[in-house]
Amino acid sequence: MNIIIPIKQVPETSNVKMDKETGTMIRDGVETVINPLDLYAIELGIRLKEEHGGKITVCTMGPPSASKALKEAIAMGCDAGVLISDRKFAGADTWATSYTLSEAIKIIGDYDLVIAGERATDGDTGQVGPGIAAWLNLPLATYVSKVDTINQNSITVERLVEDGYQILKLPLPALITVVKEVGVPRLPTLRGKKKARATNVPVFSTENMNLDHSCIGLKGSPTRVVKIDYPKVSRAGKIMKVDGDDGVDSAVEELLEFLIRRQLL
Amino acid sequence: MNSVWTIAEQSKGKLKAVSFELLSRGRLLADKMNAELCSVLLGSAVSDSALQEFIQRGADVVYFVDSVRLEHFIVETHSNVLTDLIREYKPHTILAAATSSGRTLMPHVAITVKTGLTADCTELDIEDGTNHLLQTRPAIGGNIMATIKTPNHSPQMATVRPKSSRPLPQDATRTGKIIRLPLKDEMVDSRVQVLGYRTDKADFSNIEEAEVVVAGGRGMKKAENFALLKTLAEKLGAVVGGSRDAVDRGWITYPYQIGLSGKTISPRLYIGAGISGAIQHLAGIKTAECIVAINSDPEANIFDLADFGLVGDLFAILPKLNARLDRYAKEGK
Repeated sequence: MNIIIPIKQVPETSNVKMDKETGTMIRDGVETVINPLDLYAIELGIRLKEEHGGKITVCTMGPPSASKALKEAIAMGCDAGVLISDRKFAGADTWATSYTLSEAIKIIGDYDLVIAGERATDGDTGQVGPGIAAWLNLPLATYVSKVDTINQNSITVERLVEDGYQILKLPLPALITVVKEVGVPRLPTLRGKKKARATNVPVFSTENMNLDHSCIGLKGSPTRVVKIDYPKVSRAGKIMKVDGDDGVDSAVEELLEFLIRRQLL
Repeated sequence: MNSVWTIAEQSKGKLKAVSFELLSRGRLLADKMNAELCSVLLGSAVSDSALQEFIQRGADVVYFVDSVRLEHFIVETHSNVLTDLIREYKPHTILAAATSSGRTLMPHVAITVKTGLTADCTELDIEDGTNHLLQTRPAIGGNIMATIKTPNHSPQMATVRPKSSRPLPQDATRTGKIIRLPLKDEMVDSRVQVLGYRTDKADFSNIEEAEVVVAGGRGMKKAENFALLKTLAEKLGAVVGGSRDAVDRGWITYPYQIGLSGKTISPRLYIGAGISGAIQHLAGIKTAECIVAINSDPEANIFDLADFGLVGDLFAILPKLNARLDRYAKEGK
């Protein structure tokens, strides 16, 4: 059961502070981490390996520092990492990114399953997983919350839809994107960290990949960001301090009036 | 003439509300370009009167590819069909809903058709002169709003959040064309099979479709206390949701998690109790029409985004609120 897991290194947005005056993000000291939703893909991959054997290769497209994310994944329990890095990949949108990742996956080869996280917390599109499946013509299941069964030939999954779960059977090789319900991600172990330090991570670049240059980087991206606004987080609503029993009664009364005024009842 | 397409969704022969929400978005764009507005439906067993509703709610044309083999959403087949339609009819713009299927189908098609796609747009507009679709959406945990264009590729594609716009009222005087198309055999990809569906509750509610959401966070202290929120939800016709903390503690299940790694919601009313308002949670509720927060910490971030806030003990406030709503329901005041 050989598995490939594409991951992304993203800014750690939970501690992001916004400059209240200018409304811009204070980037100094913002850490990069493995995209939190990719941790679930890694966790599922490791569980499947524990049950069925095989090898897990993680790959990531990013600057040289992204190898840190690969090492962390290896420390969690993956076997190998590939860094896909080249200045020419910079500025890629999801179209160009999914092309580049799919070409790397072709080179890594010999896989039964590609597992991706549902989406990345910075771009937040969820488009790269399905994009890779389209490029590689792999059967696709998105928003997978559970793997029911897997064997040499097929995988049966439960996929999150609006009114419940859809149960799909896909032949292997296939690509799935996963949601948090697949399981709680484990922490890297000391043994894993030792292994990660000792593992050599090869770099794929335009030098050793046979790429169509019109499909990579900013130039290969059909979409362009033309404007960025920093919305101020404030609605300046009425905030009431609630003290004692009388306070609760009058607060509830005011809330009721507010809801009626706004035609919400 | 240019055309704006909206991808409709159906389930067991019934059209989903999101199909009509897309039409109201599409109508604004089509009118700006003097284009025709179309609903595109891949499905099965949808009646003529149901198809008429597309026209009554703004569509000029309905394309219906009618086949039992399209009843279930299997991305490969749906993608083949939509790609084939795009190559034949060459629409200018395609909008789909940011639903489980929309967010799977559109990126798949964007690759095969070679065009750009922006997901989860909160605003859409047509640029004067170029007729490019201006696609605006939040990014970086909701800290920025980015506007994106696809300057050199066609069609212009975007997905839009459910409930972020209201359907146009039904206008029975509107006329339009209904075009039924057959499913071409070579479009069917039979590699993937749908074995069935499962709901884990008798009343699985879709929190993204809810008009009112009542949510609890760490301040609820334990699972049993969510009963207070369930009671409130019953009185308001709401769906109960939770913060990431509440889900991680097992107080509520993942489909009801609100925030960056959960669902983004746009209800008319959101009430958050015992939720401090971490930036990832706020990203999930920013487009709610009205936000009410109940928290004992006056410094809680959620109060920055609240239209109405109560700084106090939710265990004192919620029971009284529930009782007062009871009285309001009985007495009308």
